[in-house]
Amino acid sequence: MSAEQAVTTPKGGDKRLKMLDAAMRRQQFQPDALLEVLHAAQELYGFLAPEVLLHIGRSLKVPPSRVYGVATFYNHFTLKPKGEHTCTVCMGTACYVKGAGEIHEALRKEFQLAKGQTTTEDGKLSVVVARCVGACGIAPALVYDHEMVGGLTPESAVARARRWGP
Amino acid sequence: MTGESLEQIAARRQAAREAQRCRISVCSGLGCESVGGEAVLSRIRERMEAEGLAGATEVYPTGCRGLCQRGPIVEVEWKEGGAARNHLYLDVDAERADRLALSHAREGGPPADLPSHAGDPFFTRQTKIVLANAGAIDPEEIESCIAAGAYSALEKALTDMTPADVIQEITRSGLRGRGGGGYPTGLKWSTVAKEQGAKKFVVCNGDEGDPGAFMDRSVLEGDPHEVLEGMAIAAYAVGAEQGYVYVRAEYPLAIKRLRAAIKQAERQNLLGSHILDTAFNFRVDVRTGAGAFVCGEETALIASIEGNRGTPRPRPPYPATSGLWGHPTLINNVETLANVPAIVRNGSAWFAGIGTEKSKGTKVFALAGQIKNTGLIEVPMGITLREIIFEIGGGIPEGRRFKAAQTGGPSGGCIPARFLDLPVDYESLQQVGTIMGSGGLIVMDESSCMVDVARFFVEFCREESCGKCIPCRSGTVQIHSILDRITRGRGELADLDRLGELADLLRSTSLCGLGQTAPNPVVSTIRYFREEYLAHVVERRCPAGVCTMSAGAAAERSARAHEGVTP
Repeated sequence: MSAEQAVTTPKGGDKRLKMLDAAMRRQQFQPDALLEVLHAAQELYGFLAPEVLLHIGRSLKVPPSRVYGVATFYNHFTLKPKGEHTCTVCMGTACYVKGAGEIHEALRKEFQLAKGQTTTEDGKLSVVVARCVGACGIAPALVYDHEMVGGLTPESAVARARRWGP
Repeated sequence: MTGESLEQIAARRQAAREAQRCRISVCSGLGCESVGGEAVLSRIRERMEAEGLAGATEVYPTGCRGLCQRGPIVEVEWKEGGAARNHLYLDVDAERADRLALSHAREGGPPADLPSHAGDPFFTRQTKIVLANAGAIDPEEIESCIAAGAYSALEKALTDMTPADVIQEITRSGLRGRGGGGYPTGLKWSTVAKEQGAKKFVVCNGDEGDPGAFMDRSVLEGDPHEVLEGMAIAAYAVGAEQGYVYVRAEYPLAIKRLRAAIKQAERQNLLGSHILDTAFNFRVDVRTGAGAFVCGEETALIASIEGNRGTPRPRPPYPATSGLWGHPTLINNVETLANVPAIVRNGSAWFAGIGTEKSKGTKVFALAGQIKNTGLIEVPMGITLREIIFEIGGGIPEGRRFKAAQTGGPSGGCIPARFLDLPVDYESLQQVGTIMGSGGLIVMDESSCMVDVARFFVEFCREESCGKCIPCRSGTVQIHSILDRITRGRGELADLDRLGELADLLRSTSLCGLGQTAPNPVVSTIRYFREEYLAHVVERRCPAGVCTMSAGAAAERSARAHEGVTP
């Protein structure tokens, strides 16, 4: 593949690249470890940039089309950088019937997110939706970065997120 | 191998426990963690240390206790005059943690004003098999699990039983798939066992995608060894040497505990090569899902483990004959496998004695929605919905009226009030037009609009459709747009017939369960709440006041919502 020469290696610190390579080595560069490797990459970089996807494809000997196909198939993977902080609104049934929709709407309004936009202009905060985080017992639940909080209202959810926001 | 047998480890732990003055366990399930469970745990530890009782008391975290609504939950066990006593505290905050710790340390009993909730119907009305140990052991510490009997069933299977014996026990027990389908587990095992092939796999399906369900999460977090033991027994029975647990990425704690549990089990020679010094080898790896509901379907799950897009393929061949990389593969749900050790340990007759004629054993349900006691329960099959919702669940909050219970998530349906006395098992739920599903049970009261709920589920299926087959890919879009129209007050009477036609089409022509069952919530709500649909399309009003019904009303509503959030 002649294009291979033109492809640059992932940017942004060799350390992360080394860690990604180590993750692939642990999987013995098996093509079927693609999902595990994509998880590792997203953990390191926060999102999956085209260079990272190409690098993974080359290392696991998987065509770029398949890497891209897999990365875009699953909701968990994101090809765009996320905000500094992420506020994940659970939209599982239990949260939905307890008003998660209104919470989501309130957050989007508060941080002036246009339709289809998930990250604020200044890149501080992302507001995303999860299918179900399995916290149905404390619905409605939100995940602030890695912290799970239950029993929220639109007001309390916004107040909590505001400390990160613009 | 440490040189100590399972029995010796259990006996040593038991003796250490006897020597202690009291044992304090703090629930570390997700619900309790989110309201400061961890802080309560360390606070009680500090208090005990300050009292000079650090060595004489054991303070440890456990898996989910079930009553998420009332966390953090703390249990204290101690001896009084030779008799074992216990006290269950709910809603434990820092102040209560201090008081209960000091009282148990100084007075040797509970504070007078903090009653025990161990006798509450929520706890006493349950029958626990799968969750028996989840609230009693430290899931991150294998010896505490072994002391509670973990891996004794595996030892029994490996030393006293042939693989055929194990399959016979499982068949006789009447255990059926807990992922929703209800396929007889013994039959599945014997199909895989009969397959010729040098390589076979056991896969544990932990892709609990049903929104509103968290049974598998709690089992994996609260008692990971139970699932691993079930997998090992299954592998021995069908002749597999490699297993995979497929867990959703949304469950980071479950993944972490499972990985730790596998490492600890390997160190104790309970997984790996020559398990318990027998000729049996079994390795387990964790595979992380990445947020695709369709991966709960077994052929899609296989594609995902193989590193591909999780799209299903036509069956047959079933995974039992051609699964992972074309090899015979046994796929069982987390809860199904978690039942296995108890069946092997106590015998099939014991298990078959619980439940109804065709549905044996217990089922774990996630109680959520408009119900007082939200959380996780395990009840015998055949219990009525009324008992679940009003006795265990404590009924509907704020005196509102019960409207419907939704089971089976996006693949299931609603059960209206008139079926409250229905005994819950696979067949009876099917008869009223829903399914057992994986165990999500969402209670709805008069503040929920059934059209909106149906729209919610179809929207979910529309987003989660993998796009491989057209009926599901396009059909879910069509159904959703009709429902959306109805909830905006622009529906018409003919829409109800259109929905019926589309539902038939999806059911009979979709490739996999996702598309085939996607219309279920719609069909079921039309069946039982037709008048609500009619109110939307004829009178242009939403009886529950949920749907915005018109563009003008929508703007007004959101303006109101916004007023409430301005600083």
